[in-house]
Formats: sequence, C-alpha cells, structure tokens
Amino acid sequence: MTSDIAAILAIDGIATGAVYALVAIGTVLIFTVTRVIFIPFGDIAAFTALTLAALDAKRFPGTGALVVILACLATLIEIISLLRASELRLLPRALLFYLVLPLAVVGAAWLVMRMDPPLAIRLVLALMLITPISPLLDRIVFRPIADGTVLLLLTVSVALHFALVGLGLLFFGPEGVRTEPLTSLSTEFAGVLISGQTMLIVIAALVFSGLLYLFFDFTLVGKSLRATAVNRTGSRLMGIRPARAGTIAYLLGSLMAGVSGILIAPVNTVFYDSGFLIGLKAFVGAIVGGMTSYPGAAIGAVGVGILESFASFESSALKDVIVFSLLIPILIWRSLASLHSEEEIEE
Amino acid sequence: MTRFHVQLAALAAVVCLALAPFVLSPFSITLMNYIGIYSLVAIGLALLTGVGGIVSFGQAAFVGVAAYATAWVSALNGYSPWLGLVFGVALTCGVAAILGVVTLRLQGHFLSLSTVAWGLAIGFLFGNVEGLGRFNGISSIPPISFGSFALVTSAQIYFLIWGIVAAVLFLGYNLLDSRIGRAMRALRGGNTLVESLGINAFQIKLVTFVIAAFLASLSGWLYAHMSRFISPGPFDAGMGIEYLMMSMVGGAGSLLGGVVGAAIVTLLKNSVQDYLPLIAKGASGQLEIVAFSALFILFLQWARQGIVPFVARYLPKLQRERPQPAPPLPRRAQPAPGELLLKVDGAERRFGGLIAVNNVSFEVRSGEILAVIGPNGAGKSTMFNCLTGALRVNKGEIVFTGRPITREAQSRIAKAGIARTFQHVKLRPRMSLLENVMLGTYARTGAGLLAGAFRLNQREEASARHEALMQLERVGLGDKPFELAGNLPLGNQRILEIARALAADPTLLVLDEPAAGLRRQEKLRLAELLRSLRADHLTILIVEHDMEFVMSLVDRIVVLDFGSKLCEGAPAAIRSDERVQEAYLGGVA
Repeated sequence: MTSDIAAILAIDGIATGAVYALVAIGTVLIFTVTRVIFIPFGDIAAFTALTLAALDAKRFPGTGALVVILACLATLIEIISLLRASELRLLPRALLFYLVLPLAVVGAAWLVMRMDPPLAIRLVLALMLITPISPLLDRIVFRPIADGTVLLLLTVSVALHFALVGLGLLFFGPEGVRTEPLTSLSTEFAGVLISGQTMLIVIAALVFSGLLYLFFDFTLVGKSLRATAVNRTGSRLMGIRPARAGTIAYLLGSLMAGVSGILIAPVNTVFYDSGFLIGLKAFVGAIVGGMTSYPGAAIGAVGVGILESFASFESSALKDVIVFSLLIPILIWRSLASLHSEEEIEE
Repeated sequence: MTRFHVQLAALAAVVCLALAPFVLSPFSITLMNYIGIYSLVAIGLALLTGVGGIVSFGQAAFVGVAAYATAWVSALNGYSPWLGLVFGVALTCGVAAILGVVTLRLQGHFLSLSTVAWGLAIGFLFGNVEGLGRFNGISSIPPISFGSFALVTSAQIYFLIWGIVAAVLFLGYNLLDSRIGRAMRALRGGNTLVESLGINAFQIKLVTFVIAAFLASLSGWLYAHMSRFISPGPFDAGMGIEYLMMSMVGGAGSLLGGVVGAAIVTLLKNSVQDYLPLIAKGASGQLEIVAFSALFILFLQWARQGIVPFVARYLPKLQRERPQPAPPLPRRAQPAPGELLLKVDGAERRFGGLIAVNNVSFEVRSGEILAVIGPNGAGKSTMFNCLTGALRVNKGEIVFTGRPITREAQSRIAKAGIARTFQHVKLRPRMSLLENVMLGTYARTGAGLLAGAFRLNQREEASARHEALMQLERVGLGDKPFELAGNLPLGNQRILEIARALAADPTLLVLDEPAAGLRRQEKLRLAELLRSLRADHLTILIVEHDMEFVMSLVDRIVVLDFGSKLCEGAPAAIRSDERVQEAYLGGVA
C-alpha cells in the first residue's frame, strides 16, 4: 500500500466515519435518556435516503403512509392508556401530539411536493417526514416497558429493527437508490483529491455535534435531558417528565440519523435493509464512548469508518467480519474501564 | 401430584411422540422435525438465558458452525456424517469456549452486545469464505446412516431428532437438579452471591455457555443432514433473535419451554405464511417478518414470563418427600477455642482520594463473637468486603488460619472457611429453602457435570440434602423445606441465609448487618440463634450498627470511625468509652 492509497483510504474512512458518528451520537443520546439501545437508528438513516430518492423521482415516498399508520397506532394506544388511567381530559393534547401533528407533517409534505420543489426543500421534506417515526415508535413500543431492564429493552429494540426492515421493503420496495451528489465541487489537499461530498459530510457532522453541544449546555430543555440521563427519579422530582425527555431525545436522534442518511445516499447505494449495518457500526462507535460520551462516540465512529475503509481494501468480503470482531476487544476494554455495581437481578 | 405422576406424564409424552409419525401427514412430520431441531437450540438458550441470565443473540452462529463443519466433512470431503458430528461438535464447543473465555467476564448488557458482535461476524464469515460455497451454500449433503440404513425421508430422521430432544430434556433436568445445576441457577443472583458460596462464577458461566453451544451444534448437524443443503441464510442474525424468541415465549428458564416455544414459533410462522397472502396479496414475505416481530414485541410487553411457567401455576404442586437421613458430608477440622483465627494487620482501602479504611488492625479468636461497629460511613462495609474478598485492600495483610488471603478470590476465601451473609438478602427466591441451603454445600461436595446429568451423584446428593435439612432445623426453619425462599418474611430470609452459610461448615461466620430492617421479635430470635451457634463453638464476626443488638450479644467490639479504629474491648468498656460516645452522640452532654 502506497502512502497515496493510504491517504485516499483514510479520507474515505473519515467520511464514512462521520456519517456513523451522527448516528452514534443519536444512539448515545437515546441510551442515556431512555436506556434503550436503539438499534433501528440505522434503519431511520436508510429510510431517509430512500425518502429523498423518492422525492427526487417525484414520487410521494412510502414514509408518508408509514407515518400515518404509526400515528394511528400510537393514538390508539395513547387513548387506551388514557382511558385506563381515566384521564380523558388529556385527550385533546394526546390527539394533537400523536395524530394531528404527524398527519399535518405528512399533509404539508404532500402539498409542497406537488409544487415540484428544489433540492433544498426536498431535503427538508425528507427530514420532516422521517423525524416523527422514532418518537411514535417510542410511544408504541418502548413506553409500555420503560422501566424494564436494559436487556429487555435491547431485545425489544432488536425485534423492532426486524419489523422495520420488513416495513422498509413493503413501503420502499427492493430497489437500491443513490441520490445525486449535493455538491459537485472538489478540492485537492496535499496531492489527494477530496470530493465536495466528503467535505460536506465531515462539516455536517461537526456542525451537528456542535449544535448538540450548545443545546445540552445552554438550553433548559437540553439540561433537563441531561438530568434525566443522570437520574430518572431525581429529575422526575424536579418536575421533568422522563417520557417527554425521551420524546425530545428521539426527535433529535432521528434528525441526526436523517441527516446522516441524506449524506450517505449520494456515496453508497442504499437499500431498504442497509440500515442495520449503518446502525451497528455506529453502535460500535458508541460503545467506544462507553454509551455515555458524545465525543467518545464520535471518535469511535470515525475510527470504525477508517478501519472499515482499510479492511475493505485488504479484503472486501471480510470487512464486516473484521469490524464486528473488533467490537469484542472494545467491549472488554469498556467493561474493564467502567466501574460496575452488582448487576441487575431479574426474576 | 407426586414424582410418579410426573414420570407417567413424561412416559405418555414419549409414547405420543413415538406414535406421531404413523398418524401425521408427511408435511406435518417435516414440521415436527424442524420443531425438534429448533428445540435443541432453544433448550440451550433456556439454560443460558433463562437459568444463567446470559442473553445471547448469537446462537444461530453456533448452529451454523456445526452445520458448515459437517457439510464440509461429508459433502465436500466425502467422509461419514458421523465424523461430521464429531468435528462439528468439537469445533463449535471449541469456538464457544474461546469466545466464552474472552467475553464471559463482561457485565450485563455488554455481554449480550458481544454476542451480537460475534454472531454477526461468524454469520458474515459463512457467506464470504471461498471454500464454503459463499452465498450459494453447500448442496448434496449425504443423509445420516446407520450401517446401510440411511435416514432419507422425514419420517426416518424424525426418530433420531426427537430421540435426541428427549434425551437432552432428561439429562438437562437431571443436571439442573444437581450440584452444578444449582450453581447455574444461582448465577442470576449476581457474582458476589455465587462467589460467596465458594463457586467459581466464571467457570460455571463458561460451562453453561459451552453446553448451550453444544446443543446448538447438535441442532446444526441434524439440520444439515435433514435439509441436505445449507446456505448462510438460516444462520444469520435474524435467526439468532428467533431462537431467543422461542426460548422466551416458552418460558425462559424452563427447558420444556424451549420445546414449547420452538413449536409455537414454528407453527405460528407456518400459519402466518399460510394466511398472510389471503389478507395482503403479494406482500407476504415482507409482512411475515413485520407480523412476527410485532408479535414478539407484544409478547415481551405483556407476557414476559412465558407459557410454561404460566401453565405450571395452574398445575397441582409437586408433592415431595422429606429428605431421608444419609451419611454426613465430611467436616472441616475446627481450630481449638481461643486460637488465633483471623488477623487483620494495617488494612487500608482507598477509593480515589477517599480513605474508606485506614490502617485498621484487629484479631478474631476461635469461639468468640466479635462485632465491628461504627457510625454511618465509618468504613464497616468496606472492611467487610475486604475480609470476604469482594474488594482488595490497597495496603496491609489479612491472614486467616495462618494463610494469607489478602489477594485471594472471593470463592477461594469462601472455600477456606469464611461463610458470609448479606445486608441486602441475596437468596434465590424461586428456589426452595432446601435448595438454597444446599447451595451452601457446594464447596463440600464434588459431583461434576456428567455425574449430575447421568444421576451418578445420588449418594452425595442425599448427604447434601440431609445436611441442608439439618441446618434448616438448626435455625428453626425445618418445617417447610420445599417452600420457595421468596415467600419468607425478611426476618426468616436472614435466618435462611445463616442456614446456607452454616451448610458450608464454616470456620468463621461473617454477618453483614444481620439486624438491619428486622422487627424487635425477629431481632430477639436472631440473637438467640447466634448465641446457640456460639455454644456450638462457632466463631462469628458481625458488622452492625444496631447498638442494643450488639451489646447484649457479643464478646468483644471493634469500633471504627472515619475509617480508622477508634478502640476495641468488651461491650461494657466500649459503652463507657468517651471517644465512642463522642463519635456516636457528638460529645458528652
């Protein structure tokens, strides 16, 4: 391997890693606030790419139907749980959040789409359509077992991923998509050609991580999320509702996953089931950060990207084997590095 | 319901299974074969996840390793499938042992995540290795044959599959009711509990992990030679979660649940394939996995316990006979009264900048009750954890019966003769009183895995059961030995822990705040019990902050304050000591 090739591989790896980093940060965000290891973030990223491709092709994406179905389900569940708690006075609010708002988003997207909007608007539309999915899934799937063990939540999360893959095939079809590059600029750095798309990916990753940092450190909502992450009971006593914090975390997380999906779509062909590998690799990165540290997760994800890039140069068939085998030593290191109290006892 | 009834039911089930192929259609027999093959994996998972508390998403990879191994031996190299069995099982267990050694020290969800990791890595390997046919798989795998009789049709292999399932269930239930099996069932109580019983937790986890992999490898071998063709699909991550689902639906922790779960999931999948096309034409494949995952999620939300435990609640209780007298277990040579038993010399333990235990020295002599007391935050619990090996001291020496135990593992200290109880009671609530106490005899008995599975341990088991009953009677809980430990009130749970500690035939009994949370009557009973133990020449070390309880009971007291030893002496002297009064009351009024 010459230094030229190494440089190209490294740049490639950093770009891929930056995409993983966005998903990884979302994963850490959800885990710290809700204790759910949200494997389906990768699917959200893939669905965003598929949504954007459909919009580009002037078709209304299957995401719309998916959101409508999930919104109806979530509303139904919410109504039932309100009925059981005999708190029907909260019904209008529930209807607004779980039914009207998602439907309004879909409706607005449908209207705007008919006007043949430019790329920038299409990007916003794709993100708008994708963001309601995770909070709705949270309501349907995770809220009823919010107090379960991490392992139970993880098992449910893995099952949810498989459900989403099936839904993905149903709503988006088996064809892979590759969207147009967002920019055709390119620049040369130290003798190596860097495409504008690569730079865009890295910049977007940096900007969004920065925004998240500002959000957490300088807004009350951000601080309430951090408080929930540290101590659910304690923050509940302070008037923070963990469920609401969870919803915000899911919204933010899916926004980041959506952005990563948009960024990766012009670089890799995305299929309905591409999300699993994106999600898992992001997840490897998140584990490097011990599932708690955002910079750690970002660095880990970029590391995974670089490793993957070099591994695929050496043996493209075995690159995934290499990446996931590497997870084991990382897990051991993390497990040794973190202090554990006695593990949870389940009966 | 007696043991005889259970045996009768098992016999009836075996007869039904044996007659089934003569009644069922060929398609149903094939379905039954799949159920049997999946059952093996699910039974392994019931052991690993349900009993041992290790959630594995990667069992499908083990099935694949064995299936590919036997396909490689028999289809690609032309040897007998039986050689494939040997090779497949050896390879799978070897891989599992290596993975287990590397990952089983991981805690909680880290461990489960590692199973996702290796499950995926191995899964990807099948489709990407040149010699294994890549994504086309390996075809024309020969059938299993006995001499010249080949098991070609599904009715022929049916008997082999279900014979193996029945044998596995029989051996598995024997195992769970043995010394090693009880240790496995204790794993969910946490490492500290398991190690305090003189059990090497890591070793037991590894054994459980390899057994589960072994069962998966049997399943893989049968699968390869039944379907005669393998490709990476049936061994991928999706199948891994399906196996997990089978064992959870059946009832995690129940071996029979593995079979029931495998049957339900397989039949359900089959009917979903039949009926979905009627509801949504042309979308069956996609909807199948959606419907399936949705059902699993609903199940986890609403019926986590599983079907077999649910049904078992409505069955009449199993009547068991009281254990018969049996030859006693060997006892330890106890030191003469007054002899130096435990010597703590200059112990120091830091947590970062905080010195929790600072240069503490004291001695325990044989036959006495010594209390370590002190106000909150005095370092009592840290001292306790250092004595029992749950924490290591940073400086100083701890010598027990002339043997330094400063750097010994918890289980080795327990084996050396220090038995402990816990401030927050650590019992196995779903095990009977008798079984909980039998856990204490682990270090005094020696029956291994195979002896347990094949019931070659009956003499030792009878002795251990009798010993446990004697200890229950000694502490006054002998009237209902088959009651579940979780049904006892807190006071009796404490006492049950003492019985379990006594069953280890300890030289030194250490009690961590035994009176905490007890009502007055319960405290009096506890004190009475401890006095009777002293009369039997047992040495007891109590860490406690209930002054009234301690003062009337113990021979000597060591007072800790802010991590350092304040003073030491007889209860009366301690009571009148000004420094102690100041530490507890903030100065003499």
